Amino acid sequence: MDFRLGERSEAFRQEARSFLDEALTDEVREEMERTGVHHSWPFHRSLVEHGWLAPGWPEELGGQGRDPLEMLAFMEEFHRAGAPTYAVGTTLMVAGIIRHLGTDEQKQLVIPPALRGEIIMVLGFTEPESGSDVAAAQTRAVRDGDTWIINGQKMFTTNAQEADYVFMLTRTNPDVGKHQGLTTFLVPLRQPGVEIQPVHTLSGERTNLTFYSDVRVDDSLRIGEVDGGWDVMQVGLTLERAGDHAGESIRLLAAMEEWAGSTVDHDLHRRADDPDVRTRLGRAAAENEVTTLFCRRSAWIHASGGMPGVEGSMSKLFASEALTRQSADFVDLLGPDGIRSYGEPTAPAGGMADYDYRFALGTTTYGGTSEVQRNIIAQRGLGLPRSR
Amino acid sequence: MDLNPSDEQQLLVEAFGALYAKESSPERVRAAEPSGHDPDLWHRLRQNGVVEMAVDEASGGWGASLLDLALVAEQHGRYLGSAPLLEAQVAVRLLARVDTSEARSAVAAALAGDRLTTLALHPPRDGVLTLVPSGSVADTVVFVDDSGLWVTRTGGLGTAVANVGSLPVADLPVGEDALLLAAGPEVDGWFERARDEWLVLTANALAGLGARALEIGVEYVKERHAFGVPIGSFQAVAHGLADAATGVDGGGLLAREAAWAAAEDPDRFAELAALACAFNAEAARQASYRSLHYHGGYGFMLEYDIQLYFRRAKAWPAQFAEPAALYARAEGHRLSALYGGR
Repeated sequence: MDFRLGERSEAFRQEARSFLDEALTDEVREEMERTGVHHSWPFHRSLVEHGWLAPGWPEELGGQGRDPLEMLAFMEEFHRAGAPTYAVGTTLMVAGIIRHLGTDEQKQLVIPPALRGEIIMVLGFTEPESGSDVAAAQTRAVRDGDTWIINGQKMFTTNAQEADYVFMLTRTNPDVGKHQGLTTFLVPLRQPGVEIQPVHTLSGERTNLTFYSDVRVDDSLRIGEVDGGWDVMQVGLTLERAGDHAGESIRLLAAMEEWAGSTVDHDLHRRADDPDVRTRLGRAAAENEVTTLFCRRSAWIHASGGMPGVEGSMSKLFASEALTRQSADFVDLLGPDGIRSYGEPTAPAGGMADYDYRFALGTTTYGGTSEVQRNIIAQRGLGLPRSR
Repeated sequence: MDLNPSDEQQLLVEAFGALYAKESSPERVRAAEPSGHDPDLWHRLRQNGVVEMAVDEASGGWGASLLDLALVAEQHGRYLGSAPLLEAQVAVRLLARVDTSEARSAVAAALAGDRLTTLALHPPRDGVLTLVPSGSVADTVVFVDDSGLWVTRTGGLGTAVANVGSLPVADLPVGEDALLLAAGPEVDGWFERARDEWLVLTANALAGLGARALEIGVEYVKERHAFGVPIGSFQAVAHGLADAATGVDGGGLLAREAAWAAAEDPDRFAELAALACAFNAEAARQASYRSLHYHGGYGFMLEYDIQLYFRRAKAWPAQFAEPAALYARAEGHRLSALYGGR
């Protein structure tokens, strides 16, 4: 057994750290915090200049052929630093789906500019009336010769205001079972009939509600078969659960340990010397270690040629529930000062406890809620009957 | 990165798994209560070299790694072994670190099977070593106090203590014959190392216990019907087990990582040992609790095996400390690494 990611991964981690020290400037962070947009074009372009938009992709497609363990070390650093990677993630996910399932024409259209950092792509699965039950999507696509006409709404179309395409799940046949009548399209966002409405969230992050009125999409931008959208989604949903989930918790604990070591109570005792403080930090340390191990196991399965399934669900479930628990406990641990907001200069621990108290509630939902993950673990992992 | 045991380790797991399946069935575990000691099981374990493997070759043993011992401990936990495995291994490893003729003869006696030597996890209070693991079946106890590292014969002086985990613990007065094996600044380091090793092995035993307790619960909720359907089809039940499975699975990874760190990441070993024991204590308790609860009233009956797991999940780690204290212990190591000794 070996729990190390390996020399190549650790060397790549060091490179990532040096890069982040330079590229993740105060300006980038301030812009992110002011706008709530977790995407930065200057940062995005410096990634491209380094050849690091998609280091895990094959070299002939513009990547570096890094293996999943190297990629995990890389992502761990980006997440621990709080770097804006959300649009990189969605763009590569869509590019990955097209790489696996798209036509040559689609690949040519999308993959080179995406990897050159010229376009970004976002996800359009969730709707006002369907989230976890993603196959219940109602946004309609109706064929009109060589084009399709789209009408409907999508929720949480994060970064749509910056994006060129939305990868959209639509209903093309309402007369068959809900999984049978779905089709996916790559819909150009910069065209008449698309309306983007900002939605502000608990974490301060901006997302969007997007409306589509008689939006036309050429049939050449259909991904997969007509009414074959559910098969396409399976590829996408698997991609969404891989990767690092520990970074945010590790960032939070580092801030809290720094606070404990540098703060004294009324009797001038260092907070880090209080057994209760140690217990609460130590519990988070254990959870973070477990999350890290879960993520590394998934990467290892992936690197060994397998596909993490239940393991990915456990990783995502555990990480998001742990962050929810820890952040609430850390607000309490900070005492009354714990309510001072992130961004407020007087907030202890850089306001991270407050920030994650709010941020964590997004993580228990996106990419499949905790309840969906528990269903997957119970049914596919434990072999329990379909639950109700 | 490689999470698979080596071929040799896999053989070790299979061999001990088979031994425990035969010699530590639920019937045998029940038969060994309340003393918590099954002499035939211990004899079979001894025959298979469990003490020898714990000691390095220079001291006359076979030199297995702590990770090897952890893989055996996982099987021990899975089958609720009623034998002083962990304590005997940790105690003899501690003695083997001490380079005196008395210590060497104590190691030799343990290896020869003349002595069953255990370790007191805490210093004596008012001349009594309390709740010594396997203290009611061992004849020799290694302990540490302010003046150094001692070995004492129990001589039938101890009082076995009835306890929730049916463990062979005892309160032992320190005898007149106690022999000082070593004194000096290195004793504390040896003792803490031995305690960390006990924590790691207990973490792995708890990972095995939790995994088996979960299986029992999963099997039950697939069979048991209520309202015309298997109760495992209710999310209130399925999700409780999914959370327990996640805890046990993650705990198993952490327990193995901690054991691996003994040789491969020594700077983090003490931290990981305490984290692993605390986390697995909670995960095993959660898994056995949920599995017991989903048995409904049957889980409350002694006749069902799940109670055997539920009681031990709490008692095993508690011999050292509650999880909160173990988390604090681990965090102390983390803070020392961050801020130095202050």
